[in-house]
Amino acid sequence: MAESKPITKNVDWMVVLIYIACLMIGWLNIYAAVYNPETQTSMFDLSNNAGKQLMWIGTAALLIICILVIDYKFYETFSFVIYAVVIFLLVVVLFAGSNINGSRSWIKLGGISLQPAEFSKLAVSLAISKYLSDPAISLNRKLKDYYPIMGILALPAFLILLSNETGSMLVFASFAIVLYREGMPGFIPAIGIIGAALLIITLLFVKWYIAGAIIVIAGLVIWLMPVMTRRRGGLWATIIVAFAMIGIVFGVDFFMNNVLQKHQRGRIMVLLDPDSDPRGIGWNVIQSKIAIGSGGITGKGFLQGTQTKFDFVPEQSTDFIFCTVGEEHGFLGTAVVVFLFIALISRLVVLAERQRSRFARVYGYCVAGIIFFHFLVNVGMTIGLMPVIGIPLPFFSYGGSSLWSFSVLLFIFLKIDAQRPFTLSRG
Amino acid sequence: MLESRRFVIIGFIALVGVIYLLRLFYLQVLDESYSIESSSNSIKRVTEIPFRGQIYDRYGKLIVYNTPVYDLLVTPYKVRMDDTLRFCQVLGIQRRDFDSLMSAASAYSRVKPSLFLRQLSKEDFASIQDIMVDYSGFEFAKSSLRTYTAPTLANTLGYVSEITKGQLDKQEEPYYRQGDYIGQSGVERIYENELRGKRGTKFVMQNVAGVYKGPWKNGELDTMAVAGENLYTGLDLEVQQYADSLMLNKVGSVVAIEPKTGQIISMVSAPTYDPNSLASRYFSKNFAALARNPYKPLFNRPVMASYRPGSTFKLIQALIGLQEGVITPGSGFTHANCPVGCHNHPATSTVALGVTHSCNPYFYNVFRRLIYKNNIKNTFKASAVGLDAWHDDIAKFGIGQRLGIDLPSEYKGNLPDKKYYDRFYGEYRWKFSNIYSLSIGEGELLITPLKMANVAAIIANRGYFYTPHVIHGVGDKKSVKPEFLEKHETGVEPHNFEPVIEGMIGAVEAGTARRSRVEGISIAGKTGTSQNKRGDDHSIFIAFAPVDDPKIAIAVFVENAGAGGSAAAPIANLIIEKYLSRKVTNKALEERMMKLDLMSKVVLPTTKKPGETETKKKAEEVKKPTGDPNDPANRLPGAPHPANPAAMRKPVTAILPKQSQQKAL
Repeated sequence: MAESKPITKNVDWMVVLIYIACLMIGWLNIYAAVYNPETQTSMFDLSNNAGKQLMWIGTAALLIICILVIDYKFYETFSFVIYAVVIFLLVVVLFAGSNINGSRSWIKLGGISLQPAEFSKLAVSLAISKYLSDPAISLNRKLKDYYPIMGILALPAFLILLSNETGSMLVFASFAIVLYREGMPGFIPAIGIIGAALLIITLLFVKWYIAGAIIVIAGLVIWLMPVMTRRRGGLWATIIVAFAMIGIVFGVDFFMNNVLQKHQRGRIMVLLDPDSDPRGIGWNVIQSKIAIGSGGITGKGFLQGTQTKFDFVPEQSTDFIFCTVGEEHGFLGTAVVVFLFIALISRLVVLAERQRSRFARVYGYCVAGIIFFHFLVNVGMTIGLMPVIGIPLPFFSYGGSSLWSFSVLLFIFLKIDAQRPFTLSRG
Repeated sequence: MLESRRFVIIGFIALVGVIYLLRLFYLQVLDESYSIESSSNSIKRVTEIPFRGQIYDRYGKLIVYNTPVYDLLVTPYKVRMDDTLRFCQVLGIQRRDFDSLMSAASAYSRVKPSLFLRQLSKEDFASIQDIMVDYSGFEFAKSSLRTYTAPTLANTLGYVSEITKGQLDKQEEPYYRQGDYIGQSGVERIYENELRGKRGTKFVMQNVAGVYKGPWKNGELDTMAVAGENLYTGLDLEVQQYADSLMLNKVGSVVAIEPKTGQIISMVSAPTYDPNSLASRYFSKNFAALARNPYKPLFNRPVMASYRPGSTFKLIQALIGLQEGVITPGSGFTHANCPVGCHNHPATSTVALGVTHSCNPYFYNVFRRLIYKNNIKNTFKASAVGLDAWHDDIAKFGIGQRLGIDLPSEYKGNLPDKKYYDRFYGEYRWKFSNIYSLSIGEGELLITPLKMANVAAIIANRGYFYTPHVIHGVGDKKSVKPEFLEKHETGVEPHNFEPVIEGMIGAVEAGTARRSRVEGISIAGKTGTSQNKRGDDHSIFIAFAPVDDPKIAIAVFVENAGAGGSAAAPIANLIIEKYLSRKVTNKALEERMMKLDLMSKVVLPTTKKPGETETKKKAEEVKKPTGDPNDPANRLPGAPHPANPAAMRKPVTAILPKQSQQKAL
């Protein structure tokens, strides 16, 4: 039987190597983040985060072995079951969860705390993949085919929102990449991106200038448009789009002041001008930028960071772990991390594209999209390009739940990919 | 078709990667504002204050040095204390004080050290250190206090204290920070840059709460503090203290200069105070008491107090007269036709005799000849031209000029010229008869004790002087400021000094100062009696000795002591003897002078006008337009006007005869 071939032969070693590299770099930086020159502890000491992270890495390895051993069909077959279990856990956590940092999102089992929200990514990915594996589903023709997807996304999102973990909920935005690949019209993500861009531009510049610029650009577009396109309604489409954009620009004020909550507004304003609230919301951004900026080209050296020690940057070993890389290893270090992520995500996209089954491809895109969204928001937040949203940097940030969930997410895909030569295309 | 969308997706991912790399490159490489020195808040610069330079006397004896003292700091959250009572006992504080100090420290910060007890002496430190092993949370920080070997020279040396808000704001380059110490007066202020040394810098790490976390980079970038440069003075500590004892219970000044170099040998500003009292942890209390003292012990009289020179000025008149050729050494004048009075004395048929007997009419005539020397018919015009010529000659003696001594706030004095009187009377509306008081050192002339000591030095040198200075060597190389090596000529030829010096010898041997002559030392001197409105005349004496090889030139001013021969001359001659022979023979005179108490004669201002500052008044007073030559600056130096306006309106005519009678002594 083909399936008796060792899994090691078919698994994608490039992804595995990047994964191991990320874990090791992350672990060393967690040690640097918690390192205290006065009371030095070993990086294997279980009393500090680095030691604990090593334990999480060890257990993640066990999980990976389990995943690779379990038959690949299991995941597709039990997709909805896994989804149901996670939804159940999300409900349970609302009532039985322990309160950590203001969000009731942790389940304590003995000495270990687990965050079901972390596993909701996996569950949603599997559920969406399973749903889209039906070849009859078409995302570019039938609107009613979107309804189940909306349901799959909305249920956990609502539960996560109730437990006050907005960051984890926003991750669901990453599924837009999957849906786009599977046929969602391009204008939907385009509208999202343009809307976000307009929001930020509006906050930075005078509204009338932006409106003027939009009209000028619209005029140019109409002028350069092929005559045929113009006649076929391109003229009116452009004019409507331009007016819609101007509407957004003037709606931003309303949106900022009446729709967003105060702390959310604060996070967006701080993104634009961190000094507006240097001791409050701006503190994290300023300290984070100081830490990264002070690293220079080559950094201060391993364990030589000063900003990331002594509690200047909050959440150093978890959400702001990238600061430690930036301060101690400089631009070279951060560039390596950025390259690792871009390489990993691109490789996952390539792997996803070579899948024969639609389930596998969709799931591959889900994995790539989730990792990409985490990378986009987490790194963007530390360098002041994104609002402060508390989500971890995959494989780097300290934390068992996140490490486990990313590892499981990734290696289920690797397992499926490893079986690719033996599966038949169904979609 | 949909497969091609993967390129859009990968393109988008790559675009984000590129944007992030550019942003990181900007933050980490291009933008300097995040470099460690400018924005780090985890690295703290700790400044190490070096020892100030020490000050030595002319024989190498230490005058000022530093004593290490210890500030006791407490970090509240670390405090573990079993036996609070014993702790308080050893520190010598009450339980109540302990509680309030602790709560103040806790209120400031529980994790940062704050000051518990300030400036503990070495002895206290030694006794406390033993028991400190039983108490955690306390630590010592070393600092230093200025210490003075003798309780003297307070005003000359000046004091050091915490920098004031105004000084902080005014500094040109931001060197000082709040809490730094800075020389506030005297030598400490003028030589601040030399004395302060070079501060050291240590970089230490601290956490977000400001708690010390060890040296940064193991101290690689730290710099050591370099102690300030030592200063070498020409002061004679023994003579200085002797002069202090003679000036006890008197208000006045002593300035002694080495004529050949311009070095200050002694400088007394009486009454004085113990400089150690301003270099202790009781600074503010002691300073307030000194500032309140009506005798103004903080006022450095030798360089800041203004007097009229009185008869001592006749020496300069004689020298200018001889140099300008209006008199010869053999010129004689009688008392006839002279508006200034005199006393009974033998005929003054030579310059020397005129000086010896301090004859007022003699110098009235000399001055008259100097003013009218120019042969202009119109006496108004002649007076104007004559006065300016005279002014320029006198100015070369440093009168009405800043000498440039290395002490702060040197008073310029006043030497009137044509413009000065024009302001009062109008141009060509005054003549010799309006200004003749100048001839005998009264009128609008104002000098300081330092200037008169310098005049004595000029005569001792027969025509030149070096700027008087306290410090003649800075640092290990003992480098001298170039301006103190520059010879200032007065333009009077050496041979013209001999008749004047002969007269000065006569004054000491047989004239106005005969009662205080010293056996075995040839002293040339001249008394002066400075008129003032507040109480008795000031007693003035300037002298130098030995005559043939002058080693000391001196000026003594004793306020309200009467004639020059009564107090100033004996004190000056005792100091000269002490300096030249290191002992004093006339023990009776010495004892009498030490016991002489003139404080009751000093008239103090009773009340102050509210809202007016002293300096403002001084400025007003100097400029005060008045037709009467006797009027300006009739005041106690540094003291504000009396509140009684009647004193100011006193008719001038009532003073004049009395003045003319008394003043020739």
